[in-house]
Amino acid sequence: MIDSPRARAALPLVRFTFDGRAYEGRAGDTLAAALLAQGVRILGRSFKYHRPRGLLAAGVEEPNALVTIDRGAGRVTPNLLATQVEIYEGLAARSQNRWPSLRFDALEINDLFSALMPAGFYYKTFMWPAAAWRRLYEPLIRRAAGFGEAPREADADVYANLYAHCDALVVGSGPAGLAAALAASGRGERVILCEQDFAFGGSLLAERAATIDGEAAAQWRAQALARLAARANVTLLNRTTAFGLYAQNYVCLAQRLSDHLPPAQAKGPRERLWQVRAGRVIVAAGAIERPLAFECNDRPGVMLAEAARVYANRFGVAPGARALVACASDSAWRAAFDLRAAGVEIVLIADARASVAQALQDAARETGVAFELGARVRRAHGRLAVKAAEVEGAGGLRTIACDLLLMGAGWTPTLHLFAQARGPLAWDAALGAFRPAQAREDIVCAGACNGALSLAMALDEGARAGGEATRVHAVAHDWPCASGPVAPVAPVAQGAAFVDFQNDVKARDYELAQREGFVALEHVKRYTTSGLGADQGKTGAINATRLVADLSQREPGAVGLTTMRPPFTPVSFGALAHMARGPLYEPARETPAHAGAAARGAVFENAGAWRRARAFARAGESEPRVVAREAMAVRTAAGLFDASTLGKIEVAGPDALAFLNKIYVNDFSRLAPGRCRYAVMLNEAGLVMDDGLVARLAPDRFHVTTTSGGLGHVLHHMEDFLQTEFTHLKVWLVDVTEQWSCLALQGPRARDILAPLVEGVDLSRAAMPPMSLREGAIMGTPLRLLRAGFTGELGFELYTPARFGAPLWDFLLERGARCGLEPYGLEALDVLRLEKGYIVIGQDSDGACTPDDLGLARLIGASKGDFVGARSLRLPHLASAGRRQLVGLRLRGGSRPLDVGAQIVEAPAPPAGTRALGHVTSSRVSPALAAPVALALVADGRARMGARVFVTRLDGPCEEAEIAAPVFYDPAGERLNG
Amino acid sequence: MLLIPCPHCRQSRPEREFRHCGEAGLLRPVDPAAASDREWTDYLFARTNPKGESQERWRHVHGCGRFFVLRRDTREDACVTSRAGVEEAP
Amino acid sequence: MIAAHDPRILRAMRGFSFGRILRESFSGHTGWTRQWRSPEPQRAYDVVIVGGGGHGLATAYHLAAEQGVRRVAVLEKGWIGGGNSGRNTTIVRSNYLFEESEALYEHSLKLWEGLSRTLNYNVMYSPRGVMALGHTESDVQIIRRHVHANRLAGIDADFLTPAQAKALCPILDVSQAPRYPVLGASWQGRGGVARHDAVVWGYARAADALGVDVIENCEVTGVRRDAAGAVSAVETTRGAISTRMLALVAAGHSSVLAGMAGLRLPIESFPLQALVSEPVKPIMPCVVMSNTIDAYMSQSDKGELVIGAAADVYPSYAQRGSFHVTGATLDSLCELFPCLRRLRMMRCWAGIVDITPDRSPILGPTDVPGLWLNCGWGTGGFKAIPGSGQLFAASLAQGAPHPVLAPFGLDRFRTGRLIDEATAAAVSH
Repeated sequence: MIDSPRARAALPLVRFTFDGRAYEGRAGDTLAAALLAQGVRILGRSFKYHRPRGLLAAGVEEPNALVTIDRGAGRVTPNLLATQVEIYEGLAARSQNRWPSLRFDALEINDLFSALMPAGFYYKTFMWPAAAWRRLYEPLIRRAAGFGEAPREADADVYANLYAHCDALVVGSGPAGLAAALAASGRGERVILCEQDFAFGGSLLAERAATIDGEAAAQWRAQALARLAARANVTLLNRTTAFGLYAQNYVCLAQRLSDHLPPAQAKGPRERLWQVRAGRVIVAAGAIERPLAFECNDRPGVMLAEAARVYANRFGVAPGARALVACASDSAWRAAFDLRAAGVEIVLIADARASVAQALQDAARETGVAFELGARVRRAHGRLAVKAAEVEGAGGLRTIACDLLLMGAGWTPTLHLFAQARGPLAWDAALGAFRPAQAREDIVCAGACNGALSLAMALDEGARAGGEATRVHAVAHDWPCASGPVAPVAPVAQGAAFVDFQNDVKARDYELAQREGFVALEHVKRYTTSGLGADQGKTGAINATRLVADLSQREPGAVGLTTMRPPFTPVSFGALAHMARGPLYEPARETPAHAGAAARGAVFENAGAWRRARAFARAGESEPRVVAREAMAVRTAAGLFDASTLGKIEVAGPDALAFLNKIYVNDFSRLAPGRCRYAVMLNEAGLVMDDGLVARLAPDRFHVTTTSGGLGHVLHHMEDFLQTEFTHLKVWLVDVTEQWSCLALQGPRARDILAPLVEGVDLSRAAMPPMSLREGAIMGTPLRLLRAGFTGELGFELYTPARFGAPLWDFLLERGARCGLEPYGLEALDVLRLEKGYIVIGQDSDGACTPDDLGLARLIGASKGDFVGARSLRLPHLASAGRRQLVGLRLRGGSRPLDVGAQIVEAPAPPAGTRALGHVTSSRVSPALAAPVALALVADGRARMGARVFVTRLDGPCEEAEIAAPVFYDPAGERLNG
Repeated sequence: MLLIPCPHCRQSRPEREFRHCGEAGLLRPVDPAAASDREWTDYLFARTNPKGESQERWRHVHGCGRFFVLRRDTREDACVTSRAGVEEAP
Repeated sequence: MIAAHDPRILRAMRGFSFGRILRESFSGHTGWTRQWRSPEPQRAYDVVIVGGGGHGLATAYHLAAEQGVRRVAVLEKGWIGGGNSGRNTTIVRSNYLFEESEALYEHSLKLWEGLSRTLNYNVMYSPRGVMALGHTESDVQIIRRHVHANRLAGIDADFLTPAQAKALCPILDVSQAPRYPVLGASWQGRGGVARHDAVVWGYARAADALGVDVIENCEVTGVRRDAAGAVSAVETTRGAISTRMLALVAAGHSSVLAGMAGLRLPIESFPLQALVSEPVKPIMPCVVMSNTIDAYMSQSDKGELVIGAAADVYPSYAQRGSFHVTGATLDSLCELFPCLRRLRMMRCWAGIVDITPDRSPILGPTDVPGLWLNCGWGTGGFKAIPGSGQLFAASLAQGAPHPVLAPFGLDRFRTGRLIDEATAAAVSH
């Protein structure tokens, strides 16, 4: 505690700037304390009327003193509270929401016209002419609104996050929090104590007179902290705000790690997000003092009484020279006494209450502090700083000069976390605020946030919450702590009497809302913007509730509070988004041969979570040329494609066949071991979900492939039916995607290349026909060889254990080079499969297609009985005429491919609103045909063969096309069967 | 982040290890081919969607991989109990 | 507006203006009156609408203003606009893929463009443009399919290159640095945002002026049916109210209400979270959305960045949701807008969204005579308020669905004729 100017002067100097001007503070100062000590009174401008504003508070409830802190490039942060920012050598702070300067802000003109801008005025005007809202009014309003400038540079800092478990999470380190942490940790519980301030102690940091168990409060605090720090089961976190409490005591804490250090000394992350699962939460978050609403109660120098006490006792800063205290609570008297002890003249305590504890009156008389009961301040004078106040008392209205006007209308328990947890709240008339109606087993409020305002009660409640039911603390030299029941807002508050300081909501705005029928508190909030500021109504909410209650002649308890939502105080996006940046955002999956592909010039693209080779570029080659070259290599010689991203599932067990017959539309009963088949599965709604190959390894064992992006979905779908529907089937499903590399060797020379390299497999046409599977070896490693591909050429898929994927890639390309073997990428594959009319699920089908729509009805095993989705195929719409069917499109000339997604219509110049016949699903220029080809889904497409249609372009008129069979190359399949 | 009791693992684990798989107790017609359109589409689409206690299928997808039924109060997000069997009606 | 000559409409139409504010400023704004009455429920109404959100109030307004149905009550269990109308991120656009959706949302968008003046209430419709980002080749193809379809339907739509997207939204990172870089975007310049509360209040005020009873703090507790099974009355916390036509327009509680009439709907209710930053000076000129990474962002006139997340993964009525869902949304946004990491979340909240199997709404009659549904809007109902209100009102008055609404009937879950916009975004490979 720095409770004297001498103690303050002994602290190290810290130099900083505010709006470019140099100032000096002392170590341990907040920016607010340091500026106050230097006589700076105006720290900000208000949101709507741009009125000059000073400090109202000393903590996180501060509504006015929002500043921007500049820590260098990429490290500028707007809207920080001067009451929370710790000064350091070289700190650069800027004021906000003013032009050209804090003292002379052009937009203060709004204040002159404030009569034209009551609550909700914008709903009633700015409607003429219609286009002016977007072009004129809104840009003006947007520019005037907002506080700080958002940073435009990428954030240069990093953030961390951590998960933790504890038996007891104690929120707040005031007397209740410390007592709770001592008690709980003393019982051996794992305790986390978090404190939003940089110093532990809460209200004890400003406690001058009281003693606890015979010790001065400061001494007791130091000893308590030392004992906690010595316990291995206690984690002490300062600069850490518990901002959200979610289901099952999942509590989120934001810890500020380095913003209090000069940039050069700040190492490591800026902030850390803690996600704590707590056995129980002890909320000891204290209380926030309430202001009074009188005219011009927002002038710089009008301050909460306790805030002034904190500045004086904790920081050694006198916030003024002549203070007038306007109050309705005992604690304001305590503040007056402490300020007087710090050398501030108290000109008057004007307490609105008719009676006040005798002890306070006696103490005032003893120290010569004038007071008047039943007296209210009606108005503050002074624009840039308060100069005087009008006090209405028994002797009528008089004006009293002062440079500090303190307000204290009572205390509002900080029960945000309890309320976030849906804890029940009840109105406490004596307290003039809401408090927890009842404790919950897993979340307890203790101390001032439970309405226990005295030091002794806070300590005892804390100990009880921590588990020491009988602990009683001996507190001496403390003051009474009653408040109310006087309304903090005079019934007829005129002019600029602010209830919500940050959003400039005046008492009369609530009256207007009432008059216009906004009765529900949520309506009042939304209409007036009361409580919608960055401070979320910390100082104004209860006053708003009481005012609305008075205006509508209801009990405050019936008016209630608006819902308290996370976060308690604002939390950086960076901390919430934690460490997931760049490559860590979502780690990319790479195939075993990834590096080998990269070495051969692969250009990669994102495909689901995978990074896949798009094409293998050579120097100076454009992408269309690369694609054409790769595709022609496959058609004329051979190509090698990395297909390892295919999902692979091993299906094993005595009922494997029966299970697959349920899952796929196909009937595999006649599929012999050593053979495989193209297969399609539906979802239960009858729509095509995925496709792949089903290979029978043995009578009771199958190897099935899925699309690269479909694996997770397909495996889950299979497990779902296996575990919950076809539970009588004895089947195991194993995802072996990561276990097998798959390289596709395709092209007329594929057999020539492979034959000398493979051991134990006869590759001849007779021995290994299309869609057959053989096991052998290559490079001395086991090989599963599938005669299949996605190109329409003679080809093989080589499955090897994943670790051999990379060496096999290089080995094949090396040995195959003399036969013209080249690697090819996704783009060339897309050309090759499109020439053959092979569909890609998710591209040529869009999740609304039946097998028949895609021309795959022949796959359906007609006699095998039920399978997943079978029944839905008979629903009226799925079996109806007019469905879009897969067809080919040939262009009448031109060499430019159609746009994928282009709409197909019957007339060359369709008027707006024309119903499309269908759309293009795939489109390429075929190098083999030297012409553009496309696939499309077209209504009744198979009945339109040869028909002329027109296809939309984004950059010109529709293009004519002819509907054709969806196979453009080698329709007889001679090459495949070669 | 709910804590969900997995009856197979006999542990409560965070929500992110699990996948919600819809309402429990939806009975697939024994003979789908014999089901009317109404019966079949009720199975496909109609949901009770209770406000209050709900019986729902979850899968411990990043754990044991198995399905189970969780009783949960949808007003409070409170998990009540879970049980392993999913094949029988609740 | 066929009833524009009606004196009550004229009064409402003329009530709000700058001139009136100026006059009131001289008398302390004491001349303003309630924007809508607080009537006691009558014993019977021609139409009872359950749910005092945007859709319910707009339906009531259009019933009174255009359909000549004046004995209309809107029952709201709490305060009007307290559900999703007052919780959503207010994105308005019409660039849907399927013709059925295009017709519905474009009808609505046209009404948005004149809504402030129709209602004499500044709903602050701000057509600042809606940009939808594509991050993979597949996304880009889907975006282009939308643009083609929208243009054919006469809806403004453009495809943007990354550089064009950057020009419209300078803080967007279009470099290759993000894990999912921007490869292209769609743009609907007429799309934008509006002030959600004003929409609710504006419709309530206009409907009230036409004689509609907007009854707050009136929760429906039961649905009475006559011997023939038809709706005869609703039971409420303020007594029974007779009606032969009952419209359930209560997003987030559709299943609960339908259950009172013995119906099980194809709906599940999920939490949907949103958040706002602290207010800052203008930095986001348009709306940016990305379906791939589930993030939606615009900046309010007050200066907050308004951010929408993906729906939570399990059904809930708790209006809370899980913390990690908001975290994941900010992960994504901070990838695309790396300058935003130092901004701070000021408030986050959740609504309850009713999700149908095809994520399209349900609009139309049910098997229960007299019971109509307007529900299942999922995460995107706000934009449809004016259009759905007008067309649903016409349907109620005619006793048959308006042609634009007909495809959205409950019967599609019998025939399989789903309108699944999400299927076009099926995961590719």
